[in-house]
Amino acid sequence: MGRFEYYGEKGFPEVDLSELKGKLIVIEGTDGVGRSTHAGLLKQWLENTGHAVLDTGMTRSALAGEGLKEAKEGHTLGAVTMTLFYATDFADRLENEMIPALRAGFVVLTDRYIYSLMARALVRGADPEWVRQVHDFALKPDIVVYLRVTIEELITRVVQNAGFNYWESGMDLHLGEDLYDSFVEYQKRLLREFDNMAAQYNFQTIETSPNIEEVFEHIKGRIEPLLRSPR
Amino acid sequence: MTPTMKMYGKHRFPGRLFIVEGIDGSGKSTQVALLQKWLESEGYVTFFSEWNSSPLVREVTRRGKKKRKLTPMTFSLIHATDFADRTEHHIIPPLKSGALVLADRYIYTAFARDVARGVDPSWVRGLYQFAVKPTLGFYFRISLEEAMKRILGGRDAIKYYEAGMDMKLSDDIEESFRLFQGRIIEEYEKMVSEYGLVVIDASLSIEEQQAQMRQIVLGSLAGTKKTRIRKWVDLNTMVKKVSPK
Repeated sequence: MGRFEYYGEKGFPEVDLSELKGKLIVIEGTDGVGRSTHAGLLKQWLENTGHAVLDTGMTRSALAGEGLKEAKEGHTLGAVTMTLFYATDFADRLENEMIPALRAGFVVLTDRYIYSLMARALVRGADPEWVRQVHDFALKPDIVVYLRVTIEELITRVVQNAGFNYWESGMDLHLGEDLYDSFVEYQKRLLREFDNMAAQYNFQTIETSPNIEEVFEHIKGRIEPLLRSPR
Repeated sequence: MTPTMKMYGKHRFPGRLFIVEGIDGSGKSTQVALLQKWLESEGYVTFFSEWNSSPLVREVTRRGKKKRKLTPMTFSLIHATDFADRTEHHIIPPLKSGALVLADRYIYTAFARDVARGVDPSWVRGLYQFAVKPTLGFYFRISLEEAMKRILGGRDAIKYYEAGMDMKLSDDIEESFRLFQGRIIEEYEKMVSEYGLVVIDASLSIEEQQAQMRQIVLGSLAGTKKTRIRKWVDLNTMVKKVSPK
Protein backbone atom coordinates (compact mmCIF):
# COMPACT_ATOMS: atom_id res chain seq x y z
CA MET A 1 0.00 0.00 0.00
CA GLY A 2 1.84 3.08 -1.22
CA ARG A 3 1.08 6.73 -0.79
CA PHE A 4 -2.30 8.18 -1.64
CA GLU A 5 -3.10 9.24 -5.19
CA TYR A 6 -5.75 11.35 -6.81
CA TYR A 7 -7.95 9.99 -9.58
CA GLY A 8 -6.78 12.84 -11.80
CA GLU A 9 -3.36 14.29 -12.34
CA LYS A 10 -3.72 17.01 -9.75
CA GLY A 11 -5.81 17.58 -6.69
CA PHE A 12 -5.46 20.06 -3.87
CA PRO A 13 -2.61 22.54 -4.45
CA GLU A 14 -1.90 22.89 -0.74
CA VAL A 15 -1.86 19.21 0.22
CA ASP A 16 1.27 17.04 0.41
CA LEU A 17 0.11 13.47 -0.22
CA SER A 18 3.22 11.91 1.29
CA GLU A 19 2.08 13.21 4.70
CA LEU A 20 -1.13 11.18 4.70
CA LYS A 21 -0.71 8.12 6.91
CA GLY A 22 -4.24 6.90 7.67
CA LYS A 23 -6.62 4.64 5.74
CA LEU A 24 -9.63 5.71 3.72
CA ILE A 25 -12.64 3.39 3.75
CA VAL A 26 -15.72 4.15 1.69
CA ILE A 27 -19.16 2.62 2.07
CA GLU A 28 -21.25 3.06 -1.07
CA GLY A 29 -24.63 1.94 -2.30
CA THR A 30 -28.06 3.22 -3.22
CA ASP A 31 -30.60 4.57 -0.75
CA GLY A 32 -31.97 2.25 1.90
CA VAL A 33 -29.27 -0.37 1.48
CA GLY A 34 -28.12 -0.12 5.09
CA ARG A 35 -25.00 1.96 4.58
CA SER A 36 -25.32 3.98 7.77
CA THR A 37 -26.12 0.89 9.84
CA HIS A 38 -22.95 -0.80 8.65
CA ALA A 39 -20.88 2.35 8.94
CA GLY A 40 -21.97 2.56 12.58
CA LEU A 41 -21.08 -1.08 13.22
CA LEU A 42 -17.74 -0.66 11.49
CA LYS A 43 -16.83 2.36 13.56
CA GLN A 44 -17.54 0.48 16.76
CA TRP A 45 -15.53 -2.53 15.63
CA LEU A 46 -12.58 -0.42 14.44
CA GLU A 47 -12.43 1.50 17.69
CA ASN A 48 -12.69 -1.71 19.71
CA THR A 49 -9.70 -3.04 17.78
CA GLY A 50 -7.67 0.09 18.53
CA HIS A 51 -8.12 2.38 15.53
CA ALA A 52 -8.97 6.04 15.78
CA VAL A 53 -11.93 6.65 13.45
CA LEU A 54 -13.34 9.71 11.75
CA ASP A 55 -16.78 8.97 10.39
CA THR A 56 -18.39 11.34 7.95
CA GLY A 57 -21.14 11.46 5.36
CA MET A 58 -22.59 13.59 2.58
CA THR A 59 -23.96 17.13 2.95
CA ARG A 60 -22.48 17.65 6.36
CA SER A 61 -19.73 20.10 5.50
CA ALA A 62 -19.38 23.34 7.40
CA LEU A 63 -19.17 25.28 4.16
CA ALA A 64 -22.00 24.11 1.94
CA GLY A 65 -23.98 21.71 4.12
CA GLU A 66 -26.59 24.25 5.21
CA GLY A 67 -26.89 25.76 1.77
CA LEU A 68 -27.53 22.33 0.29
CA LYS A 69 -30.33 21.66 2.75
CA GLU A 70 -31.93 24.99 1.89
CA ALA A 71 -31.56 24.40 -1.83
CA LYS A 72 -33.14 20.97 -1.60
CA GLU A 73 -36.07 22.42 0.31
CA GLY A 74 -36.62 24.92 -2.48
CA HIS A 75 -36.18 22.27 -5.23
CA THR A 76 -34.43 24.86 -7.34
CA LEU A 77 -31.25 23.10 -8.39
CA GLY A 78 -30.60 22.34 -12.04
CA ALA A 79 -28.59 19.23 -12.90
CA VAL A 80 -25.24 20.91 -13.50
CA THR A 81 -25.62 23.24 -10.53
CA MET A 82 -26.58 20.38 -8.26
CA THR A 83 -23.56 18.36 -9.36
CA LEU A 84 -21.21 21.25 -8.66
CA PHE A 85 -22.82 22.15 -5.36
CA TYR A 86 -22.42 18.59 -4.10
CA ALA A 87 -18.86 18.53 -5.44
CA THR A 88 -18.07 21.73 -3.51
CA ASP A 89 -19.46 20.26 -0.36
CA PHE A 90 -17.47 17.09 -0.92
CA ALA A 91 -14.24 18.98 -1.64
CA ASP A 92 -14.70 20.92 1.58
CA ARG A 93 -15.15 17.74 3.60
CA LEU A 94 -12.28 15.97 1.90
CA GLU A 95 -9.84 18.82 2.36
CA ASN A 96 -10.91 20.08 5.77
CA GLU A 97 -12.03 16.88 7.55
CA MET A 98 -10.81 13.73 5.88
CA ILE A 99 -7.32 14.82 4.79
CA PRO A 100 -6.39 16.29 8.20
CA ALA A 101 -7.60 13.04 9.84
CA LEU A 102 -5.56 10.97 7.39
CA ARG A 103 -2.56 13.13 8.14
CA ALA A 104 -3.07 12.34 11.84
CA GLY A 105 -3.18 8.61 11.09
CA PHE A 106 -6.92 8.04 11.52
CA VAL A 107 -9.06 5.52 9.74
CA VAL A 108 -11.50 7.67 7.80
CA LEU A 109 -14.83 5.98 7.29
CA THR A 110 -17.15 7.74 4.91
CA ASP A 111 -20.76 6.95 4.17
CA ARG A 112 -20.85 7.67 0.40
CA TYR A 113 -18.09 9.24 -1.69
CA ILE A 114 -17.82 10.64 -5.20
CA TYR A 115 -19.54 7.57 -6.68
CA SER A 116 -22.93 8.54 -5.27
CA LEU A 117 -22.41 12.07 -6.51
CA MET A 118 -21.44 10.85 -9.96
CA ALA A 119 -24.38 8.43 -10.14
CA ARG A 120 -26.81 11.21 -9.25
CA ALA A 121 -25.31 13.50 -11.88
CA LEU A 122 -25.35 10.81 -14.58
CA VAL A 123 -29.00 9.86 -14.12
CA ARG A 124 -29.77 13.56 -14.53
CA GLY A 125 -28.17 13.67 -17.95
CA ALA A 126 -24.80 15.23 -17.17
CA ASP A 127 -22.02 14.39 -19.60
CA PRO A 128 -20.08 11.32 -18.31
CA GLU A 129 -16.65 12.66 -19.20
CA TRP A 130 -17.42 15.98 -17.52
CA VAL A 131 -18.73 14.25 -14.41
CA ARG A 132 -15.61 12.11 -14.16
CA GLN A 133 -13.34 15.09 -14.55
CA VAL A 134 -15.17 17.31 -12.06
CA HIS A 135 -14.64 14.66 -9.35
CA ASP A 136 -11.12 13.60 -10.20
CA PHE A 137 -9.58 15.68 -7.38
CA ALA A 138 -10.76 12.92 -5.02
CA LEU A 139 -8.29 10.64 -3.29
CA LYS A 140 -8.40 7.03 -4.41
CA PRO A 141 -9.78 5.22 -1.35
CA ASP A 142 -8.06 2.17 0.08
CA ILE A 143 -11.30 0.26 -0.28
CA VAL A 144 -14.79 0.91 -1.59
CA VAL A 145 -17.34 -1.42 -0.04
CA TYR A 146 -20.33 -1.44 -2.35
CA LEU A 147 -23.46 -2.68 -0.66
CA ARG A 148 -25.70 -3.97 -3.41
CA VAL A 149 -29.36 -4.87 -3.39
CA THR A 150 -31.81 -5.95 -6.03
CA ILE A 151 -34.38 -3.33 -6.95
CA GLU A 152 -37.22 -5.46 -5.48
CA GLU A 153 -35.43 -5.70 -2.13
CA LEU A 154 -34.62 -1.99 -2.17
CA ILE A 155 -38.23 -0.95 -2.68
CA THR A 156 -39.45 -3.18 0.13
CA ARG A 157 -36.90 -1.69 2.51
CA VAL A 158 -37.58 1.93 1.72
CA VAL A 159 -41.33 1.52 1.93
CA GLN A 160 -40.98 -0.20 5.30
CA ASN A 161 -38.51 2.26 6.74
CA ALA A 162 -38.77 5.88 5.80
CA GLY A 163 -41.34 6.30 3.10
CA PHE A 164 -40.51 8.20 -0.05
CA ASN A 165 -38.48 11.35 -0.01
CA TYR A 166 -38.66 13.81 -2.88
CA TRP A 167 -35.02 13.73 -3.87
CA GLU A 168 -34.51 10.05 -3.32
CA SER A 169 -37.42 9.52 -5.67
CA GLY A 170 -35.78 11.75 -8.25
CA MET A 171 -39.06 13.64 -8.62
CA ASP A 172 -37.18 16.50 -10.24
CA LEU A 173 -36.67 14.15 -13.19
CA HIS A 174 -40.41 13.50 -13.74
CA LEU A 175 -39.79 9.84 -14.41
CA GLY A 176 -43.19 8.50 -13.43
CA GLU A 177 -46.77 9.50 -12.83
CA ASP A 178 -46.54 9.22 -9.10
CA LEU A 179 -43.99 8.97 -6.31
CA TYR A 180 -43.89 5.19 -6.48
CA ASP A 181 -43.26 4.88 -10.23
CA SER A 182 -40.78 7.70 -10.11
CA PHE A 183 -38.91 6.12 -7.21
CA VAL A 184 -38.68 2.73 -8.90
CA GLU A 185 -37.42 4.18 -12.17
CA TYR A 186 -34.94 6.48 -10.44
CA GLN A 187 -33.50 3.75 -8.25
CA LYS A 188 -33.20 1.42 -11.25
CA ARG A 189 -31.15 4.03 -13.05
CA LEU A 190 -28.98 4.70 -10.04
CA LEU A 191 -28.38 0.99 -9.57
CA ARG A 192 -27.31 0.73 -13.22
CA GLU A 193 -24.80 3.56 -12.74
CA PHE A 194 -23.38 1.96 -9.59
CA ASP A 195 -23.04 -1.39 -11.33
CA ASN A 196 -21.19 0.29 -14.20
CA MET A 197 -18.80 1.94 -11.77
CA ALA A 198 -18.16 -1.26 -9.80
CA ALA A 199 -15.61 -2.62 -12.26
CA GLN A 200 -14.20 0.72 -13.31
CA TYR A 201 -13.41 1.80 -9.74
CA ASN A 202 -12.66 -1.60 -8.27
CA PHE A 203 -15.58 -1.77 -5.83
CA GLN A 204 -15.72 -4.63 -3.35
CA THR A 205 -19.28 -5.68 -4.01
CA ILE A 206 -21.27 -7.26 -1.19
CA GLU A 207 -24.75 -8.52 -1.91
CA THR A 208 -26.83 -7.48 1.06
CA SER A 209 -29.52 -9.50 2.73
CA PRO A 210 -31.86 -8.85 5.64
CA ASN A 211 -29.35 -10.64 7.88
CA ILE A 212 -27.28 -7.72 9.16
CA GLU A 213 -24.76 -9.83 11.13
CA GLU A 214 -23.99 -11.94 8.10
CA VAL A 215 -23.47 -8.92 5.84
CA PHE A 216 -21.29 -7.27 8.45
CA GLU A 217 -19.07 -10.36 8.69
CA HIS A 218 -18.52 -10.11 4.92
CA ILE A 219 -17.59 -6.45 5.24
CA LYS A 220 -15.14 -7.14 8.06
CA GLY A 221 -13.57 -9.89 5.95
CA ARG A 222 -12.83 -7.40 3.19
CA ILE A 223 -11.48 -4.71 5.49
CA GLU A 224 -9.27 -6.77 7.81
CA PRO A 225 -6.37 -7.31 5.36
CA LEU A 226 -6.28 -3.61 4.68
CA LEU A 227 -5.80 -2.76 8.35
CA ARG A 228 -2.83 -5.08 8.63
CA SER A 229 -0.87 -3.66 5.71
CA PRO A 230 1.23 -0.59 6.51
CA ARG A 231 1.06 2.56 4.42
CA MET B 1 -36.71 12.05 -21.28
CA THR B 2 -33.81 13.38 -19.29
CA PRO B 3 -32.29 16.48 -20.86
CA THR B 4 -28.60 16.08 -21.59
CA MET B 5 -25.93 18.58 -20.87
CA LYS B 6 -24.45 20.61 -23.70
CA MET B 7 -20.79 21.55 -23.85
CA TYR B 8 -18.94 24.80 -24.53
CA GLY B 9 -19.34 25.85 -28.13
CA LYS B 10 -22.21 23.45 -28.80
CA HIS B 11 -25.02 25.76 -27.73
CA ARG B 12 -27.13 27.28 -30.49
CA PHE B 13 -29.39 30.09 -29.39
CA PRO B 14 -31.00 32.99 -31.24
CA GLY B 15 -29.73 35.53 -28.67
CA ARG B 16 -26.24 36.97 -28.28
CA LEU B 17 -23.85 36.86 -25.36
CA PHE B 18 -21.42 39.70 -24.77
CA ILE B 19 -19.04 39.49 -21.84
CA VAL B 20 -16.38 41.72 -20.33
CA GLU B 21 -13.24 40.65 -18.52
CA GLY B 22 -10.29 42.36 -16.88
CA ILE B 23 -8.75 42.91 -13.48
CA ASP B 24 -10.35 45.11 -10.84
CA GLY B 25 -9.91 48.73 -11.80
CA SER B 26 -9.82 48.07 -15.55
CA GLY B 27 -13.12 49.90 -16.02
CA LYS B 28 -14.95 46.96 -17.58
CA SER B 29 -18.09 47.40 -15.46
CA THR B 30 -18.46 51.02 -16.57
CA GLN B 31 -18.09 49.93 -20.17
CA VAL B 32 -20.59 47.10 -20.04
CA ALA B 33 -23.13 49.39 -18.33
CA LEU B 34 -22.73 51.95 -21.13
CA LEU B 35 -23.07 49.21 -23.74
CA GLN B 36 -26.33 48.09 -22.16
CA LYS B 37 -27.70 51.67 -22.14
CA TRP B 38 -26.97 51.95 -25.84
CA LEU B 39 -28.49 48.57 -26.76
CA GLU B 40 -31.64 49.39 -24.77
CA SER B 41 -31.93 52.77 -26.44
CA GLU B 42 -31.68 51.02 -29.80
CA GLY B 43 -34.66 48.90 -28.78
CA TYR B 44 -32.97 45.57 -28.06
CA VAL B 45 -34.02 43.33 -25.22
CA THR B 46 -31.04 43.05 -22.90
CA PHE B 47 -30.33 41.03 -19.82
CA PHE B 48 -27.49 41.71 -17.42
CA SER B 49 -25.75 39.04 -15.39
CA GLU B 50 -23.07 39.63 -12.82
CA TRP B 51 -20.35 37.32 -11.52
CA ASN B 52 -21.02 35.62 -8.21
CA SER B 53 -24.65 36.65 -7.91
CA SER B 54 -26.88 33.60 -7.77
CA PRO B 55 -29.08 33.79 -4.66
CA LEU B 56 -28.64 30.06 -4.15
CA VAL B 57 -24.92 30.17 -3.66
CA ARG B 58 -24.50 33.72 -2.40
CA GLU B 59 -25.07 32.84 1.22
CA VAL B 60 -22.59 29.96 1.18
CA THR B 61 -19.95 32.02 -0.59
CA ARG B 62 -20.47 34.92 1.77
CA ARG B 63 -20.16 32.68 4.80
CA GLY B 64 -17.07 30.97 3.41
CA LYS B 65 -15.38 34.26 2.59
CA LYS B 66 -16.25 35.85 5.91
CA LYS B 67 -14.83 32.95 7.88
CA ARG B 68 -11.94 32.62 5.42
CA LYS B 69 -12.73 28.96 5.08
CA LEU B 70 -12.28 28.75 1.33
CA THR B 71 -9.30 26.87 -0.08
CA PRO B 72 -8.25 27.13 -3.76
CA MET B 73 -10.36 24.08 -4.64
CA THR B 74 -13.51 25.03 -2.73
CA PHE B 75 -13.16 28.62 -3.97
CA SER B 76 -13.04 27.25 -7.50
CA LEU B 77 -15.97 24.86 -7.07
CA ILE B 78 -18.27 27.29 -5.27
CA HIS B 79 -17.82 29.84 -8.06
CA ALA B 80 -18.46 27.17 -10.67
CA THR B 81 -21.65 26.26 -8.80
CA ASP B 82 -22.75 29.88 -8.77
CA PHE B 83 -21.99 30.17 -12.45
CA ALA B 84 -23.90 26.96 -13.26
CA ASP B 85 -26.95 28.28 -11.42
CA ARG B 86 -26.78 31.54 -13.35
CA THR B 87 -26.24 29.70 -16.63
CA GLU B 88 -29.31 27.57 -16.03
CA HIS B 89 -31.50 30.42 -14.76
CA HIS B 90 -30.20 33.72 -16.13
CA ILE B 91 -28.18 33.06 -19.24
CA ILE B 92 -29.72 30.22 -21.24
CA PRO B 93 -33.40 31.26 -20.92
CA PRO B 94 -32.87 34.85 -22.20
CA LEU B 95 -30.57 33.58 -24.96
CA LYS B 96 -33.26 31.11 -26.02
CA SER B 97 -35.77 33.94 -26.13
CA GLY B 98 -33.48 35.88 -28.45
CA ALA B 99 -32.30 38.50 -25.95
CA LEU B 100 -28.86 40.08 -25.71
CA VAL B 101 -27.17 38.89 -22.56
CA LEU B 102 -24.40 41.00 -21.04
CA ALA B 103 -22.11 39.56 -18.41
CA ASP B 104 -19.69 41.39 -16.15
CA ARG B 105 -16.99 38.70 -15.78
CA TYR B 106 -17.38 35.22 -17.19
CA ILE B 107 -15.59 31.87 -17.08
CA TYR B 108 -12.26 33.53 -17.88
CA THR B 109 -12.34 35.21 -14.47
CA ALA B 110 -12.45 31.76 -12.91
CA PHE B 111 -9.68 30.47 -15.14
CA ALA B 112 -7.45 33.41 -14.25
CA ARG B 113 -8.14 33.46 -10.51
CA ASP B 114 -8.17 29.74 -9.88
CA VAL B 115 -4.99 29.10 -11.81
CA ALA B 116 -3.35 32.03 -9.98
CA ARG B 117 -4.30 30.11 -6.81
CA GLY B 118 -2.54 26.98 -8.02
CA VAL B 119 -5.51 25.03 -9.40
CA ASP B 120 -4.71 22.93 -12.46
CA PRO B 121 -5.48 24.94 -15.65
CA SER B 122 -6.98 22.05 -17.60
CA TRP B 123 -9.08 20.89 -14.66
CA VAL B 124 -10.72 24.28 -14.18
CA ARG B 125 -11.35 24.59 -17.92
CA GLY B 126 -13.01 21.19 -17.85
CA LEU B 127 -15.17 22.23 -14.93
CA TYR B 128 -16.79 24.97 -17.04
CA GLN B 129 -17.48 22.82 -20.11
CA PHE B 130 -21.22 23.47 -19.66
CA ALA B 131 -20.80 27.22 -20.23
CA VAL B 132 -22.22 28.96 -23.27
CA LYS B 133 -19.50 30.29 -25.55
CA PRO B 134 -19.82 34.07 -25.74
CA THR B 135 -20.55 35.80 -29.04
CA LEU B 136 -17.86 38.30 -28.09
CA GLY B 137 -15.54 38.44 -25.13
CA PHE B 138 -13.89 41.78 -24.38
CA TYR B 139 -10.69 41.93 -22.37
CA PHE B 140 -9.86 45.32 -20.87
CA ARG B 141 -6.10 45.46 -20.80
CA ILE B 142 -4.56 47.74 -18.23
CA SER B 143 -1.25 47.95 -16.42
CA LEU B 144 -1.15 46.88 -12.81
CA GLU B 145 0.09 50.34 -11.76
CA GLU B 146 -2.84 52.11 -13.43
CA ALA B 147 -5.38 49.65 -11.97
CA MET B 148 -3.90 50.10 -8.49
CA LYS B 149 -4.15 53.87 -8.76
CA ARG B 150 -7.83 53.66 -9.73
CA ILE B 151 -8.72 51.21 -6.99
CA LEU B 152 -6.86 52.88 -4.18
CA GLY B 153 -8.24 56.26 -5.20
CA GLY B 154 -11.81 55.02 -5.40
CA ARG B 155 -13.07 52.19 -3.29
CA ASP B 156 -12.55 52.03 0.46
CA ALA B 157 -10.57 48.88 0.92
CA ILE B 158 -9.20 45.94 -0.97
CA LYS B 159 -10.96 42.75 0.03
CA TYR B 160 -9.20 39.70 1.46
CA TYR B 161 -9.79 37.25 -1.42
CA GLU B 162 -9.46 39.91 -4.14
CA ALA B 163 -6.00 40.56 -2.82
CA GLY B 164 -5.26 36.84 -2.75
CA MET B 165 -4.45 37.12 0.96
CA ASP B 166 -5.33 33.42 1.28
CA MET B 167 -2.25 32.72 -0.85
CA LYS B 168 0.04 34.14 1.84
CA LEU B 169 2.06 35.99 -0.77
CA SER B 170 2.61 38.90 1.58
CA ASP B 171 1.27 40.10 4.93
CA ASP B 172 0.75 43.54 3.44
CA ILE B 173 -2.64 43.62 1.69
CA GLU B 174 -1.55 46.11 -0.98
CA GLU B 175 1.57 44.15 -1.78
CA SER B 176 -0.41 40.90 -1.83
CA PHE B 177 -2.95 42.48 -4.18
CA ARG B 178 -0.16 43.59 -6.48
CA LEU B 179 1.42 40.13 -6.62
CA PHE B 180 -1.86 38.28 -7.00
CA GLN B 181 -3.35 40.57 -9.64
CA GLY B 182 -0.05 40.37 -11.49
CA ARG B 183 -0.50 36.61 -11.76
CA ILE B 184 -4.07 37.12 -12.91
CA ILE B 185 -2.94 39.46 -15.70
CA GLU B 186 -0.50 36.79 -16.87
CA GLU B 187 -3.36 34.30 -17.07
CA TYR B 188 -5.61 36.74 -18.94
CA GLU B 189 -2.89 37.45 -21.47
CA LYS B 190 -2.58 33.71 -22.20
CA MET B 191 -6.32 33.50 -22.80
CA VAL B 192 -6.46 36.31 -25.35
CA SER B 193 -5.35 34.01 -28.16
CA GLU B 194 -6.67 30.79 -26.59
CA TYR B 195 -10.25 32.11 -26.59
CA GLY B 196 -10.05 34.89 -29.15
CA LEU B 197 -10.81 37.67 -26.68
CA VAL B 198 -11.16 41.17 -28.13
CA VAL B 199 -8.59 43.39 -26.45
CA ILE B 200 -9.62 46.92 -25.52
CA ASP B 201 -6.92 49.33 -24.40
CA ALA B 202 -8.30 50.38 -21.02
CA SER B 203 -5.94 53.35 -20.80
CA LEU B 204 -7.92 55.12 -23.52
CA SER B 205 -10.70 57.54 -22.61
CA ILE B 206 -14.03 56.04 -21.58
CA GLU B 207 -15.65 57.46 -24.72
CA GLU B 208 -13.04 56.00 -27.06
CA GLN B 209 -13.32 52.55 -25.50
CA GLN B 210 -17.10 52.65 -25.69
CA ALA B 211 -17.05 53.71 -29.33
CA GLN B 212 -14.80 50.75 -30.15
CA MET B 213 -17.03 48.34 -28.27
CA ARG B 214 -20.18 49.55 -29.95
CA GLN B 215 -18.67 49.25 -33.38
CA ILE B 216 -17.57 45.68 -32.74
CA VAL B 217 -20.88 44.67 -31.15
CA LEU B 218 -22.79 46.19 -34.06
CA GLY B 219 -21.13 43.66 -36.34
CA SER B 220 -22.78 40.75 -34.56
CA LEU B 221 -26.30 42.06 -34.11
CA ALA B 222 -27.64 41.09 -37.54
CA GLY B 223 -30.69 38.86 -37.20
CA THR B 224 -31.44 39.67 -33.57
CA LYS B 225 -34.81 40.88 -32.40
CA LYS B 226 -35.74 44.34 -31.23
CA THR B 227 -38.55 44.61 -28.75
CA ARG B 228 -42.01 45.83 -29.68
CA ILE B 229 -43.06 46.06 -26.06
CA ARG B 230 -42.42 49.34 -24.30
CA LYS B 231 -40.60 49.17 -21.04
CA TRP B 232 -42.70 49.11 -17.88
CA VAL B 233 -41.79 52.68 -16.96
CA ASP B 234 -43.28 53.88 -20.21
CA LEU B 235 -46.37 51.76 -19.66
CA ASN B 236 -46.69 53.21 -16.19
CA THR B 237 -46.74 56.77 -17.43
CA MET B 238 -49.24 55.79 -20.08
CA VAL B 239 -51.51 54.24 -17.48
CA LYS B 240 -51.26 57.36 -15.34
CA LYS B 241 -52.19 59.57 -18.27
CA VAL B 242 -55.34 57.67 -19.13
CA SER B 243 -56.58 56.86 -15.64
CA PRO B 244 -59.15 59.35 -14.31
CA LYS B 245 -58.21 61.64 -11.40
